[in-house]
Amino acid sequence: MNEQPPADPPALRLLGTLTLAGALAGLLLVVVNGWAEPRIMAHRAEVLREAIQEVLGGPERYETLFLVDGRLTAAPPADADTLKMDRIYAGYDAEGRSIGLAISGGEPGFQDVIRLLFGFDPTTGRITGMKVLESKETPGLGDKIEKDSSFVAEFAGPAPPLIGVKSGSGSGDENEVDMITGATISSRTVIDIINHRLEELEPYLLRIEGDAP
Amino acid sequence: MRATTPGYDFARGIWRENPVLVQLLGLCPALAVTNTVANSLAMGLATFFVLVGSSLLVSTLKNLIPHEVRISAYILIIATFVTVADLVLAAVVPDIHKALGAFIALIVVNCMILGRQEAFASKRPVGRALLDAVGTGTGFIIALLMMGGIREVLGYGTFLGWPLFGASYEPWIIMILPPGGFFTLGFILLAFSWRESRRQEKPSVRDWPHGVGAATRRSA
Repeated sequence: MNEQPPADPPALRLLGTLTLAGALAGLLLVVVNGWAEPRIMAHRAEVLREAIQEVLGGPERYETLFLVDGRLTAAPPADADTLKMDRIYAGYDAEGRSIGLAISGGEPGFQDVIRLLFGFDPTTGRITGMKVLESKETPGLGDKIEKDSSFVAEFAGPAPPLIGVKSGSGSGDENEVDMITGATISSRTVIDIINHRLEELEPYLLRIEGDAP
Repeated sequence: MRATTPGYDFARGIWRENPVLVQLLGLCPALAVTNTVANSLAMGLATFFVLVGSSLLVSTLKNLIPHEVRISAYILIIATFVTVADLVLAAVVPDIHKALGAFIALIVVNCMILGRQEAFASKRPVGRALLDAVGTGTGFIIALLMMGGIREVLGYGTFLGWPLFGASYEPWIIMILPPGGFFTLGFILLAFSWRESRRQEKPSVRDWPHGVGAATRRSA
């Protein structure tokens, strides 16, 4: 511990060392990312596919519709960046009849943004299901929006616009959803996301009914 | 610098100088992500990987890194390993990666890791640095598993997802919320210091032939 501090090395050497180290670190990360990224994307696609199956009650196949120039279309212009476009997923049964639309949405909940997917059947005007894709809600309380099966089951069948009611105090109206005791904000966020997204997309949803294949 | 044996370098971090329970380092992940055993294990393994990788590299490169920029170089090395761990976890165990959230990226600022580089790996041969990192990393995993075990069993009534009690068990939700982390850590630390104080008050039989002085010297 009693070595003399060495004379100051030239600044160039300090810069050089750190630059070289940074470049090597960058190279390593490029290699690892090249390996990991396809797996991460595949997992995300798988999660979305499962969620679409769940909220639409098992469609035979589904199609991605992009919102381009105020119109929902399955074939966006070739030069457009589809990653940035708003989109919905249209599910069809074995005979090719439309059985509903899966719509994703996200809004701030109690802790962080809640992202979810819900199914909507434009012919009956009812919600067919809801699945939380991402949430950091409080474990044991707010995370019941995804883990409490009776809350999730509330979203099979109600008619929008949804109204959240205190559990057990509803009048049995078809647009009522029982909220979770102790997780009012998280429950209300789920309901709000669905209402806001439907409100926002309503003009376009009516138009695809006419265009339906 | 006191000379130590390789065995001591390895064993020290596991128990006597356990990073969490004795040195009180790395408390942020120890409190934040130990609500289940699986999360604790994943966090422990990720930190272990970063610590061992960084110690190896820092010890190997210790003569090439200029003294003035050593901390920046250590952080660069640590951050690289953390990003690798982050990407690998996201690709291999996406659900656990989701549960750990931002805390994987925060391994970069875990002072336990930077501390081992500055205090040990940058001054010792590669073999010793490796032993020290493996010991300290194992100690960190043990501490996290103690926290995760207690919190999951009481808070969910399960261990690694397996139900332990009947349906009549009412989970203590507080144990999986942030306060539960503080309670658990507090009780574990209490037990540790109680044990330590008993050890100091009652010197072992071996100390007696040297007279009272031996015991006083040890506790001083």
